[in-house]
Amino acid sequence: MSPHDPHDHDHGHSHHHHHEHDHAHTHDHAHPHDHGNGPVLKYSDDSVHDVRESDLYPLLAEALRAVLVERGVVSAADIREHLEALDKVDDGMGGKIVARAWTDPAYKQRLLANGSAAVAEFGIDMGETQLIVVENTDDVHNLVVCTLCSCYPRAILGLPPDWYKSKSYRARAVYEPRAVLREFGTAVPENVTVKVHDSNADMRYLVLPKRPAGTDDWDAERLTALVSRDCLVGVVPAAAP
Amino acid sequence: MSGAPSYAVGEPVRVIAAHPPGHRRTPFYIRGKEGVVERYCGAFPNPEERAYGFNGLPKRHLYRVRFRQMDVWPGYNGPTHDLLELEIFEHWLTKAEPAA
Repeated sequence: MSPHDPHDHDHGHSHHHHHEHDHAHTHDHAHPHDHGNGPVLKYSDDSVHDVRESDLYPLLAEALRAVLVERGVVSAADIREHLEALDKVDDGMGGKIVARAWTDPAYKQRLLANGSAAVAEFGIDMGETQLIVVENTDDVHNLVVCTLCSCYPRAILGLPPDWYKSKSYRARAVYEPRAVLREFGTAVPENVTVKVHDSNADMRYLVLPKRPAGTDDWDAERLTALVSRDCLVGVVPAAAP
Repeated sequence: MSGAPSYAVGEPVRVIAAHPPGHRRTPFYIRGKEGVVERYCGAFPNPEERAYGFNGLPKRHLYRVRFRQMDVWPGYNGPTHDLLELEIFEHWLTKAEPAA
């Protein structure tokens, strides 16, 4: 690990926090000549260049939450209910939708024509956003990313995974999608178009994967098991039977 | 909402190459690039206004625009038929000449 590795930096920083008081105390006594030479720092010298803005985000979020509740903009119960709704999203829901589309051509047609209305048949409310379902075929492989933040079909898939929110995925999925796909173990042939969907505004995207070969006699319930969260984002195909 | 949508599906458009400060939903990488309208998404409150506590009205027309990756990234490392689609509000679009 290089001395400039961000992880190393983080670690040193948090270490410093745990011992802030002791460290400052030692500093005062070890360097008494500092007194009278200007303002006395309340923290050790190395912390001056060691403040990271992102460390303040949790504090900022907590302060914002407290003010919104105090002013009556939202209640603590509203926030708790929203978090609970996100956390408890049925992670099998995407699989049920896909398996239905694979086995019911009329449903598939409705899903591709109007995603929001079709998933509402499963009791899913897309809220202010609209769902666009994009179909993987022999000619097209779809990949979803949100380069601006982490927009994701949360109503169906719950909270996005960390890699989806990482700056690396967000940047690379648009400019070198094939390399990113290969890292997920997905080699898309040259003759197949890779189509990247940047989820940057009011639409949300769900990939309808190709139905795996050898599943012709499978019913919807059995097919559900082949559908992973990651294949609905487009980084992998549906599992082989 | 201010009038009917200005662009039709299939119409060539260019994303305006501007860099105003503030909250914008048009990623930097797509500014100045040319594509074609893939679909009209509807009219939505303007997120650039909502970000600052305004109601975002009148609503703005939103499109999905399709770009060839080779037109977006110089030296794109993939076949020429690879595509990129994203959502662009009408006030970020201008007409472009049809591709030769």
